[in-house]
Amino acid sequence: MGRVPRSMRPSQSASATQRAAEQEGLGRELNVLLAWFTLGVVGFIVLLGLLEFMGLSRRWIGMTFLMGTLALYATIGILSRTTDAAEYYVAGRRVPAFHNGMATGSDWMSAASFIGVAGTLYLTGYNGLAFIIGWTGGYCLVALLLAPYLRRFGQFTISDFLGERYGGLMPRLLAIAAAILCSFVYVVAQIYGVGIVTARLTGVDFEVGIFLGLGGILVCSFLGGMRAVTWTQVAQYVILMIAYLVPVVWLSVKQTGVPVPQAVYGYQLEKVSAMEQRLIDDPREIEVRQAYAQLAEQLRQKLRDPGPALRQERRQAEQRLAMLQASLAPALEIAAAEKALAGLPRDVPSARAQWSQALAQAEVKSRPLNGMPPHAQQFAGDPNGSPAERSEFELSRLNFLALVFCLMVGTAALPHILIRYYTVPSVTQARRSVAWSVLFILLLYVTAPALAVLVKYEVLSMVVGTEFSRLPEWVAAWNRVDPSLLAVTDINRDGILQLNEMTMGGDVIVLAAPAIAGLPYVVSALVAAGALAAALSTADGLLLTISSALSHDLYYKMIDPEASTARRVTIAKVLLLIVALAAAYIAAQRPADILFLVSAAFSFAAAAFFPALVLGIFWKRATGLAASLGMLAGLGLTMYYMAVNQPWLRSVLGIVRPVDLWWGIQPISAGVFGVPLGFAVIVLVSLIAPERPNASAALVERIRYPKD
Amino acid sequence: MESQQKRREVYWERTGRVTLVLMMLWFVAGLGIHFFARDLNFRFFGWPFSFWMAAQGSLLVFLLIVVVYAWIMERLDREHGFEEDPG
Repeated sequence: MGRVPRSMRPSQSASATQRAAEQEGLGRELNVLLAWFTLGVVGFIVLLGLLEFMGLSRRWIGMTFLMGTLALYATIGILSRTTDAAEYYVAGRRVPAFHNGMATGSDWMSAASFIGVAGTLYLTGYNGLAFIIGWTGGYCLVALLLAPYLRRFGQFTISDFLGERYGGLMPRLLAIAAAILCSFVYVVAQIYGVGIVTARLTGVDFEVGIFLGLGGILVCSFLGGMRAVTWTQVAQYVILMIAYLVPVVWLSVKQTGVPVPQAVYGYQLEKVSAMEQRLIDDPREIEVRQAYAQLAEQLRQKLRDPGPALRQERRQAEQRLAMLQASLAPALEIAAAEKALAGLPRDVPSARAQWSQALAQAEVKSRPLNGMPPHAQQFAGDPNGSPAERSEFELSRLNFLALVFCLMVGTAALPHILIRYYTVPSVTQARRSVAWSVLFILLLYVTAPALAVLVKYEVLSMVVGTEFSRLPEWVAAWNRVDPSLLAVTDINRDGILQLNEMTMGGDVIVLAAPAIAGLPYVVSALVAAGALAAALSTADGLLLTISSALSHDLYYKMIDPEASTARRVTIAKVLLLIVALAAAYIAAQRPADILFLVSAAFSFAAAAFFPALVLGIFWKRATGLAASLGMLAGLGLTMYYMAVNQPWLRSVLGIVRPVDLWWGIQPISAGVFGVPLGFAVIVLVSLIAPERPNASAALVERIRYPKD
Repeated sequence: MESQQKRREVYWERTGRVTLVLMMLWFVAGLGIHFFARDLNFRFFGWPFSFWMAAQGSLLVFLLIVVVYAWIMERLDREHGFEEDPG
């Protein structure tokens, strides 16, 4: 509606109908193109599969995938290059609802969704489903409370809306700051993911991988802005979905004979639960757990007084080495003893760190099922058990729901998602587009829990209880890639692998799925290319959000309102480059606890934007002062709660005060406090200090109706 | 002018009602039902029901909510003369 000129009234309905027909024709043309493209991708995969069969090396397959997909994204970027502001910021508002839904899907699904979710589900079972519910349920809030109204408002960014609705400098500035905070944290994580996947795919260094991926992001968003990003994201959705589905469907056929894993994995879950029960009572598993409990006890003793313990350990290692050398033992044994001596911690602080880490691991491994909860068990603890078990249950349930809440509200407040609904032609299309988005996102999120269960079934039935010499080939292969992803040790020396003797990192679930399913390497490369597509598409959207916040909101709206369109777009491009380089630089430092920061972005976005946006649309009396204070209070409380309670932030900020959890809520869900506070502050301040006359009432009135 | 004002009021009131009802459904499917997850443990095509609900059921309800919303709102737009000019 926003782009339809005011002069266009029923008298000109002929041209309006013509436009509608054009729009429909464009949609149909695009669908044909999309179908051809999908066939092309499938053909490309089959071709590479044939080449692999004929002897093409893995390195070349990986390279071809990397270069092929990057060249594809670059081509779309170059074809969509533009210097027009509406094209650059909102793709000219001509994206059909269906395609915008697809683009939103890949904008939304980040490296964390693609690689991380199935891994989290594998490790935490039911409790991981909080991510599945939260990351889809948020779209109901987008659909019902935000998207149609923002589309009707029809500017370029979220700060635009807050700035116009509330007036004055503060709301706009706060919105810019919050948008940059949330998006930057998130984009660093994406670029980190890009680096890892590129390195895996081609064998180049992590840092080189980052800059290769960065090139892929830049050709796209730099040249064509939102227009290029949108169409690249559509292409990336197709690739990432094919990549995700192929191994899961194959695993499902292998295990159940049915190619629809989402429909049948319930039966596999039942078998997994039965196997888990057996493993809990299995005598050999108990033996392994006891061995780890002993190890934990030894470590605890060493940690009580690390200085003498370290000296004694060094003495023992030296004595052993001397003895071996004196007795002319085989060189291999001497080398091992030398290595053990060299591997000892250098000083007391590093000994303490190393042993604490080992202790944490040993404690996990002395618990049943390798520290994982039974897959189907809802929450921890037991509502009918002892008081301690009861309170554990209550706490676990409360935290599950709190996390779901934060993820849902955060989803509905992340600027890079909300601006996607500016790109469709009308309010009607915006509503439909959210529905398409949910469908496309749902396809991946109903598949991830299936993948987790199928892999668990495979591990429990084919790997656990197998002799070490006869383990499947993928176990050794992934151990070689990265021992932190997959490691096995025979701690009770019975020659058979027990569940607790295996350490699996979450990321390996998706990446190794093709190998676990027994598929050729080309599918592994495809999965890596899919992960790359997921990370790149999200990074594109985020970078664009940041550069729009800086160039449109800060520069154009606040510093130089006279700037010409071309100048604004040029500035946006330069800023995009700077932000991308800064993010790549930080990602190359391999920041710790990146996953926490990403989840934190949800709580930040929820507390900063959600109350101000919703009240701005639904409550005419909300004032600018109230919105500013509400955003500050919500964001401030969320940040405070995290800083005081999250271990990594505590150590970074040097906070020594004891952890003070409110009602036992984990810091990751700090938004449950920030969001209600934001609402309360906005309502109270608006009531205490009302604005008369309320300048923005007309704006609120306008956006409530799709047409004047 | 009077009727114009009336038309707007009715449209907004109905929009509000649709939004409220669907929000309640969202709350039940997104949060409410999972509170009782332990009690809804009966077998459902192999899954414990609440596991299925969290992994698929809630998601399907969410999809239903946004589709129904788009459909009802398009009808409301038409009935109250707020249908957009095509474009």
